[in-house]
Amino acid sequence: MQSNPQLGPNGELRHLLSIEGLPRDVLRHILDTAASFVSVTEREIKKVPLLRGKSVFNLFFEPSTRTRTTFEIAAKRLSADVVNLNIATSSQTKGETLLDTVANLSAMHADMFVVRHASSGAPYLIARHVAPEIHVINAGDGRHAHPTQGLLDVYTIRHYKGDFTGLTVAIVGDVLHSRVARSEIHALSILGVPEIRVIGPRTLMPAEVERLGVRVFHNMEEGLRGVDVVMMLRLQNERMNGALLPSAGEYFRTYGLTPQRLALARPDAIVMHPGPMNRGVEIDSAVADGAQSVILPQVTFGIAVRMAVMAILAGNG
Amino acid sequence: MLLPDAESLLEQLAERMRGALPPGTGLVGIHTGGVWVAERLHRALGLDVPLGTLDVAFYRDDFHKRGLKSGVQSSRLPFDVAERDIVLVDDILYTGRTTRAALNLLFDYGRPGRVRLAALLDRGGRQLPVCPQFVGGVIDMPAQGPMIVLHRSDEGRLSLALEGAAGTAADPVSR
Repeated sequence: MQSNPQLGPNGELRHLLSIEGLPRDVLRHILDTAASFVSVTEREIKKVPLLRGKSVFNLFFEPSTRTRTTFEIAAKRLSADVVNLNIATSSQTKGETLLDTVANLSAMHADMFVVRHASSGAPYLIARHVAPEIHVINAGDGRHAHPTQGLLDVYTIRHYKGDFTGLTVAIVGDVLHSRVARSEIHALSILGVPEIRVIGPRTLMPAEVERLGVRVFHNMEEGLRGVDVVMMLRLQNERMNGALLPSAGEYFRTYGLTPQRLALARPDAIVMHPGPMNRGVEIDSAVADGAQSVILPQVTFGIAVRMAVMAILAGNG
Repeated sequence: MLLPDAESLLEQLAERMRGALPPGTGLVGIHTGGVWVAERLHRALGLDVPLGTLDVAFYRDDFHKRGLKSGVQSSRLPFDVAERDIVLVDDILYTGRTTRAALNLLFDYGRPGRVRLAALLDRGGRQLPVCPQFVGGVIDMPAQGPMIVLHRSDEGRLSLALEGAAGTAADPVSR
């Protein structure tokens, strides 16, 4: 039997590569720890000494501002030294392999790697080759997973809804290309959400997506009816140029989240988005800035959740 | 070994603190047992300033050996720490390492005017220069002896119990 490469011999978290296959207790431990880090971010000195003397390397092989920044802030609030690697100007462009890059950085006494890569599985490859005391966090790999985004999303849901067991949650948009959607679906189902819906056009829905335990809707109005949480996905601009979608305007008319469509959800439903948003493409500004939007709190909670993940990993030796 | 009655220790401690806390004193319990003791003291002494609570998990000096346990609580100080008289409250005072961690955590909220320490029971075995101003009682326990743990019943009654071993090699029954 293939064991989970993220877990140590005693079931402790060694790396965070994907939410898939993690026990519910591990997810709860991360969310509970994040809650106590939220109180740290509210005080005068927003730092704790847990990662003093440790070095966290942000390895971003794919551009990202928000995720890299929130990882950097999280590591700094844990008192770690943070090194950001701008891969566009690094030796990778000179032909160094991924594992050589990582071996060199390990020789500089890295304690933790935060990895974003366009290829699915790149963080797994790194985790398999680093020394046992080094921890790897996946900050988004290809179409595969973005586990800290999934965790901050379920943290946000728990903050506003209290409990997962009575919720209906809809994930809307380009599920096919979305590592965020995959991580969200795994996190929601592990935590016991009884009904997870995915809504989007057939061209942007993975084959056999039902096998993940979700209900599929191609009609936005039907899918939104009675939901407690609406999780929007970003529609990547490059999808517009291909054959998958006619145009941004056409997409907005069919799947854009407008106040009229949101009114079909429960009156206390919350609206989430992982950012960056395309206003007028997947979401109307009136919704993005409206009373039911929790998009900015998601960003704030993201720091506490990433602090929790790093602290738990560092504490596991 | 016969342990003292926690409820009597609490009465003693409250008696010793009565009249010694100037107006505006902030009482701060250290999770978990210290918060139970602080809640009772806060009521018994009729203090106006709301109770503060600290969880020192993020400040422990053995984090790299033990990691982060589940069940870390949020620290809450519902008052301004700057220049305030503070009394930290713990249940069992032992090595002094929890007090050290609590002081570091407290100072990240601001610079208090004065900090004093109250403990339900002082069992000796200090590894740091920490000295309590208020104690409910003192017993002399071997440094590697069993842990003394505070329990709270559903009705809120406090009691002490011996659990496992504090030391390592010195204790043959530790499993």
